[in-house]
Amino acid sequence: MLELERLSKIYADGTHALADVTLEVRESEIVSVVGGSGCGKTTLLRLIAGLDRPSGGAILLDGERLSEPHPAVGIVFQEPRLLPWLTVADNVGFGLDDRSAAERRDRVGHALTRVGLIEHAGRWPRELSGGQQQRVAIARAFVTEPKVLLLDEPFSALDAFTRASLHEHLLALWEENRPTVLLVTHDVQEAVTLADRAIVMQPKPGRIFDEQALRLSRPRDKLSPAFEAATRRVLSTLDDSLKSIPAHQERGREAAALWW
Amino acid sequence: MADIAAPAEARSERRAGAPAGALPFGLAPGVRWGLGLVLPLALALGWEAAVRAGLAEGRLMPPPSRIAATLYGLAQTGELWTHAWATLWRVAVGFGLGALSGIALGALSGTSEAARRLLDPTLQALRAIPSIAWVPLFILWFGIFEASKVALIAVGTFFPVYLGVAGAILSVDRKLVEVGRVFRLSRLDLARRILLPAVLPELLIALRSGLGLGFMFVVAAEFMGASEGLGYLLVDGQQLGKPDQILAAIIAFALMGKAADSLLVAATKPLVRWQDVARERL
Repeated sequence: MLELERLSKIYADGTHALADVTLEVRESEIVSVVGGSGCGKTTLLRLIAGLDRPSGGAILLDGERLSEPHPAVGIVFQEPRLLPWLTVADNVGFGLDDRSAAERRDRVGHALTRVGLIEHAGRWPRELSGGQQQRVAIARAFVTEPKVLLLDEPFSALDAFTRASLHEHLLALWEENRPTVLLVTHDVQEAVTLADRAIVMQPKPGRIFDEQALRLSRPRDKLSPAFEAATRRVLSTLDDSLKSIPAHQERGREAAALWW
Repeated sequence: MADIAAPAEARSERRAGAPAGALPFGLAPGVRWGLGLVLPLALALGWEAAVRAGLAEGRLMPPPSRIAATLYGLAQTGELWTHAWATLWRVAVGFGLGALSGIALGALSGTSEAARRLLDPTLQALRAIPSIAWVPLFILWFGIFEASKVALIAVGTFFPVYLGVAGAILSVDRKLVEVGRVFRLSRLDLARRILLPAVLPELLIALRSGLGLGFMFVVAAEFMGASEGLGYLLVDGQQLGKPDQILAAIIAFALMGKAADSLLVAATKPLVRWQDVARERL
């Protein structure tokens, strides 16, 4: 459904952010991308969202080549990025400008109910807590019913309790239309909680190292042995990915950097 | 709920614990307002008393009662309104022209790099010229009547508005612009739905400083030869040796400037009530 073919990105300053990333995501699949900072996870999402152009390779959605923001692709950023001059309800309805007022009201009301913020519909974003703002951002992305939803570490700035409740809100919204979800995270437990598959990435240049299938039934019990085993598997893959970076190559590069 | 309750508690503790007047927070609202009036009132009353008691002559610095009487007299004859209206009209037209062209060119050089490279160096060079230096040229070009005065005020208003608008557009958060791009807004919609609201607070500040400069330049314009206007009252008072008339005109200027600024703030407040700032402290 969503296919990435030998996707690569070299920034203007020469940073090789992504190299030959090939990935296929099935319909309604939740795929999490894990890896340390600087391994091109955010770049990957920005390319799919159409916010940056790839240096090479292609992104295909149902066979259609994507090169700019597409109506069927939604994104939730690391920060809420709500527009401070719009009320909560208007923020959620921001992408529904082409619909009738009645439809907009219905959809916004439904999405806000789903994230538990319907009573805050008329408030300003500044009056909400960080977790509530991120829920509004999630509702804003879901309300247009995208086929592909990109999540860029949307819960990284939140505390563990808020994060756990947001996972539930997210899954509840996902159940409605079952979009394809690509979730970037550096939290292995989060990946195992939400995803059907975990892709482990490696830095310099950012590329896919390996993947782990997470075939656990939902809702997932974080204390079950199967959950713990899956977490361990992803963690050990992550370990391997770090070990496999040849040490001498790293040193050579650093020396080159110093030389310059 | 907790964070609403906490400051209230802290406030009441502070009020109870700290001696009154030790902190600005500790003052009752009435006192806080009144405190600023103490010094000017004391000076005014002191001067009045000194003149009445014969300790000072009060010829060059008339006591408040005489200034008030002059102001009242000018209002009675209708002179004050003629002059105030003339000044206000000049400021309004000059500010309108200056602000509109400042917004238009500021928006242009804020949104298009080509326009910025083309316009900005010239405008910055023109900005370095003290606006008053244009006066002789404007008189040659536009004559000694209204047009040259309005042109001077427009020039004075233009630059702060231009700078403010262009700077505000350039500093709009890239992250919010990306939200617009993700929802595939057209260039026009991006300007209308993201850029315009984002620059509004800074635009209002630019307009306020432009309006302030407008009042400054109207005095300069009326000094250079006018038969009416508050600036004319100033010059007239100087030439006829009437300091009370000069002070009456100064007070009229102060009231009018403050009223215009308050009007601008009040009219635009609904547009920026979403702002997360301590507005009431300003």
